[in-house]
Amino acid sequence: MAAGAFADRGADLELVGIEKRFPGFTAIENLNLTIPAGSFFALLGPSGCGKTTTLRLVAGLEEPTSGRILIGGTDVTNQKSFQRPVNTVFQSYALFPHMTVLENVAFGLRRRKINDPVAKAHEALLLVELDHLAHRKPQQLSGGQQQRVALARAIVNRPALLLLDEPLGALDLKLRRQMQLELKTIQEEVGLTFLHVTHDQEEAMTMADTIAVMNKGRIEQMGEPQQLYELPKTAFVANFLGQSNLFTGPVVSTTSTAIAVDVSGQKIVVPLGRAHRVSGEVTIGVRPEKLTLHKDAPIHDAGRNVMGPGRVIDVSFSGVSTQYLVAVPGVGTLVVFAQNMAFGPAAHVGAQVWLSWNVEHGFGLDDDPADAPRFEADLDTKTIAQQRRSSLVTELEEA
Amino acid sequence: MAFAVFSTATAPSTDPVARRRSPVALFLLLPGILYLVLFFLTPLVSLLLTSFQTPREFGDIGQYDYAFRWQNYTEVITTYWPHIVRSFSYALAATFFALVISYPLAYFIGVKARKWPLLQSLMLVLVIAPFFISFLLRTLAWKQLFSDESFVVQSLKALSLLGPEAHVTGTAFSVIFGLTYNFIPFMTLPLYTTLERLDVRYLEAGNDLYASPFQVFRKVTIPLSMPGIVAGTLLTFIPAAGDYINASRDFLGGTGTQMMGNVIEANFLVLQNYPSAAALSIILMTVILVIVSIYVKRSGTEELL
Ligand SMILES: Nc1ncnc2c1ncn2[C@@H]1O[C@H](COP(=O)(O)OP(=O)(O)OP(=O)(O)O)[C@@H](O)[C@H]1O
Ligand SMILES: [Mg+2]
Repeated sequence: MAAGAFADRGADLELVGIEKRFPGFTAIENLNLTIPAGSFFALLGPSGCGKTTTLRLVAGLEEPTSGRILIGGTDVTNQKSFQRPVNTVFQSYALFPHMTVLENVAFGLRRRKINDPVAKAHEALLLVELDHLAHRKPQQLSGGQQQRVALARAIVNRPALLLLDEPLGALDLKLRRQMQLELKTIQEEVGLTFLHVTHDQEEAMTMADTIAVMNKGRIEQMGEPQQLYELPKTAFVANFLGQSNLFTGPVVSTTSTAIAVDVSGQKIVVPLGRAHRVSGEVTIGVRPEKLTLHKDAPIHDAGRNVMGPGRVIDVSFSGVSTQYLVAVPGVGTLVVFAQNMAFGPAAHVGAQVWLSWNVEHGFGLDDDPADAPRFEADLDTKTIAQQRRSSLVTELEEA
Repeated sequence: MAFAVFSTATAPSTDPVARRRSPVALFLLLPGILYLVLFFLTPLVSLLLTSFQTPREFGDIGQYDYAFRWQNYTEVITTYWPHIVRSFSYALAATFFALVISYPLAYFIGVKARKWPLLQSLMLVLVIAPFFISFLLRTLAWKQLFSDESFVVQSLKALSLLGPEAHVTGTAFSVIFGLTYNFIPFMTLPLYTTLERLDVRYLEAGNDLYASPFQVFRKVTIPLSMPGIVAGTLLTFIPAAGDYINASRDFLGGTGTQMMGNVIEANFLVLQNYPSAAALSIILMTVILVIVSIYVKRSGTEELL
């Protein structure tokens, strides 16, 4: 980047066939990624999946074992970190302990000989509401305050590409929302490119133009937030971004518009355009909030899939909605979210219910069902505990 | 007193709560206080009194009476000012060279060699290894190496890098060389302990913020290793300023390279001029104290800890 001036717009980032091996451990496998200039890109994934490693590769703090990195069309694979037009908000903050907050923020500006670094640093500190602490040392700040200084230290440089490694993790909800808004404003104002790493799926969904879900060093799926949510490609994505009810069974018939899958004797239809696999054993799913509870067997409707009867084994009220766990024999336990439109739950524990959903809301996964966890096997400890509890309750009632 | 200055520079400042006096703490400190009174304060007072003594009238050489003869100080300063200046210049030069040599060494052991713990320990052992041989023996060995008939000097003369009449021992070079050599471990070890704890993530952050490797070194590495630099330079400078082995004629020095330690020794053991020796000692101590306190204040290391 030219000394003495800010980037006037974002740069696109391209990762081509990146692989990163640590001694005895492959952190990133064959990563291909293009982030268009000026977009807000979120990298989402569980702990240890390689998100920080990816950012370090882009920032030049780690060398890829193979592959190339291009920023704004220039190959920067062999450029040193300080030559790249990139700034990072580090997960560990890495604020210089021997400098005041103000000097920390002005550091990058001074190195690039930008005019009036102190005034600009104050501006950035105002943005994160910390200007009154400008003359403290980083050790004298709280965790959340340090995180905001780290944020100010990076954005003050207005880099063409900003890497954010969980930049809001230590903030409370209100401050977090506010910072999200600030970040989005800065990003759109100058049209910078943001690569944002987060654990928080809601943050990723609300802020990002594009989300990539990463798992074990690979990108499982990439796309717009809504697309990722509505049409997950793998069981991992289906359960990492929100919750899903997944079923496995063989495809029994195919029409020009849909496939029908036999799930323990119940025929479930998925539109062809929403199914990644169309023959053999497949895994299909539906989101919990798309399910409707019925107290009587619903009348047959070609536009809806029906499953049941099943028994309600748990009801938990969470304000806006109520979560029901319904055990369907031969299929497993399904999760249902229902809006609290009326007083009291629609069904009580032990009630016999049917479930239905619009055919258009189902999706078919790309996973090989042999690899994908079967729904029964996927019961988490919480579900098991709930089942135990409900069986105990029935036992007591019978006695 | 010198110890107090030194400890504020290296030890983390204790918080006010811990400083509150309690009878138990005083009781626990008692042996230490007694030790200091007995072995530090008493000799210091005795030294101070000696430095003002006056020669006994009609007495023998080496017989003195207590008095307040402050002229002792002006006399030793006018007589020995070249030695005083030389002591501090040599000590300063040796400290500088020891720092320049030790810093890269300590950086390599403490930062670069982190990936290979075995190499790290091996190199540390090599730094400490000279301590297994007596200081005097090692200095004598250098005297042999630098003597006029030695292979080193002969070869240098053969290559015309040294004039035919030149000597190495007895020069300022050989004394500063000896001081530097002897104090390098004292410089390297404290530097190593701070650099070993240096968090490389700060260096990465510096790189990420457009600082070239040199700028990162100047703006991040050096300030963060300041406690080690202060400790190392003090551990080198203070004993080097008072050293009398390296500069002695029996070792690497000559007539023109005598330092304060040598004149104190001569006054005390040979001339039996105890007041002069005491006055010189007091001057040496005072100057070191003043230099060290200014240095510790200026380097601002208290803030780092
Ligand atoms: N220097 C290293 N040597 C060996 N393995 C490493 C090294 N750095 C990271 N790893 C491994 O690479 C994997 C990915 O690490 P990374 O820090 O990228 O995870 P992450 O996705 O950022 O996780 P988190 O969300 O917990 O921050 C981890 O399993 C980690 O143990
Ligand atoms: Mg991480």
